[in-house]
Amino acid sequence: MAVKVISPGLSTSVQDLGRPGYYHLGIPEGGGMDRFATTIANLLVGNEPGAALLEATFMGPELEFEQPAVVAVTGGDLPPKVNGVEQPGWESFAVKAGDKLSFGYLKSGARAYIAISGGIDVPLVLGSRTTYVLGALGGFEGRVLKAGDVLPLGKGSGKAGRSLPASYHRQVTAPVELRMVPGLYWHRITEAAGKRFFEDTWKVAPEADRIGYRFRGGTPLEFVPREPPFGAGSDPSNIVDACYPYGSVQVPSGTEPIVLHRDAVSGGGYMMLGVVISADMDLIAQLQPHTPARFAPVTLEQALAARAERRVHQQKAEDYLAT
Amino acid sequence: MSIRYNFGGDEHIFGEVSEEMSLTSFFTGLSMTNAVQAANIKGVTEICPANASFQIRFNPDIVDPHDLLKELQSFEDAAAKSDPVLKTRIIELPVYFQDPWTHETCLRFRERHQDPNSTDLEYSARINGYATVDEFIAAYSGQPWFVSMVGFVAGLPFLYQMVERKQQIQAPKYLRPRTDTPKLTIGHGGCFAAIYSVRGAGGYQMYGVTPAPIYDPTRKVRYLTDEMCLFKPGDIVKFKAIGRDEYDATLESIEANRWEPTVRNCTFSLKDFNADIYGTNAKLTELLNGR
Repeated sequence: MAVKVISPGLSTSVQDLGRPGYYHLGIPEGGGMDRFATTIANLLVGNEPGAALLEATFMGPELEFEQPAVVAVTGGDLPPKVNGVEQPGWESFAVKAGDKLSFGYLKSGARAYIAISGGIDVPLVLGSRTTYVLGALGGFEGRVLKAGDVLPLGKGSGKAGRSLPASYHRQVTAPVELRMVPGLYWHRITEAAGKRFFEDTWKVAPEADRIGYRFRGGTPLEFVPREPPFGAGSDPSNIVDACYPYGSVQVPSGTEPIVLHRDAVSGGGYMMLGVVISADMDLIAQLQPHTPARFAPVTLEQALAARAERRVHQQKAEDYLAT
Repeated sequence: MSIRYNFGGDEHIFGEVSEEMSLTSFFTGLSMTNAVQAANIKGVTEICPANASFQIRFNPDIVDPHDLLKELQSFEDAAAKSDPVLKTRIIELPVYFQDPWTHETCLRFRERHQDPNSTDLEYSARINGYATVDEFIAAYSGQPWFVSMVGFVAGLPFLYQMVERKQQIQAPKYLRPRTDTPKLTIGHGGCFAAIYSVRGAGGYQMYGVTPAPIYDPTRKVRYLTDEMCLFKPGDIVKFKAIGRDEYDATLESIEANRWEPTVRNCTFSLKDFNADIYGTNAKLTELLNGR
């Protein structure tokens, strides 16, 4: 009961809904960067929402099935093919023993979620099957997939032909708007710099991965002059090393903001301007390099309202699939 | 005491005890996170102490952020009043300073350094007023260090030396971070030492390597079978400078899974420490020689 990796794609790893509780040891939560797509892919093939699946970045893998299974691909538009025949996205389809699953070119988004009925049956490590590559922990041997890997599958009971209509998918607008609650070390920059930070259109830099997304093209920040506090370091963007929230926006040397994502480094010595709201974290997962983006300030109350809205949206999708 | 609180988006509360580093601030932060732990608050998912700050992650669908903040604030007086006494442990860690591997790495990235004509050790010794690298290493391994934070990557400890401020060793990070650091490198940035738990990028000055794994995701190393990370905040660490022969011998016994570090339970009182820093340190390090 397994699936064989013929070619791994660019960066494909086993993910689930994450491994909370170990951030104080520097072990991030991880899990599918796009939580909505992760959950829906699993539900389409009859799995629990947090079953282990594959997250493929920019390019799909090629897989060979050793037994019949049901598959669904969600997230970015990376068209799946069975033995070369294109299959719909956001819809479950059947594969037979010996079938090959491959992918066409990415049409939109950045990450696809490939759920297989029964889930990828790698061992639970600290309560999760998520791969934490930096720490060589969990997933398939603690790393991204390689050609020749054989992934064990759990026992599944999925049905082909279940789909989630496009009206339930989240639309990405250009430039994409990332809402954030300003704070943390916001007081380190001048008022004019703060205003410009939100006015500027930034672009996703090539350095964009599960740890964080870097942005460039905006105006370098102007800092409020200070005497460096003991232990912080001399650069105006330095702080005494502190915890980094998921979604926090750090700006080393005041030039290129980095938004930390699911595999965040848990702390460090750079000032942060605030934190991207939980409702917009999935959005970041689907941004390709060079995508224009703007940051928009919101209050905590607005962040909570957006979170509730997102939850209702996901609930509606789950209800649709339950009927 | 007044902690500066901030909501980090809709899932985090960030508390900064002070902008600058001090053991007092670290202890206040640790008392706060210990209090949050003890209160067992529903909806709190991560409790992370840091050097002079801390962070609580929560699920706002379960606990109202403003209620949680009020609850945190209610712990402040107790955290400030509590005589900071910590039941902890002292761990002796062998370190091969001036080793060939960090030396090679340091030469490979010279153009990213403040002073391309010196090694990291020569540069750090000089800017901290030590006449020789040996004197610098003697100061580095002579007094113990506090684990004031664990993080960045899995199991990486930030260490703050238990000496008065004017004796604190300080060094800037590389001008541009390296793309490589040998695993188990002892590095230094700002006033903090760090031990790189895994090989990877880094910006800290590099001084030596320890043969002892401090993170083992496979839990095969005999002293990392229960906890895959050796260090936790509040641990005290004493570096023991070793040479090549002892390094090789230790590594061999680690590979045979026979070796473990010397660890002793101890009690640390901040008040006693501040009254007599070196006397307190001497008593702590004596424990390592006893049984």
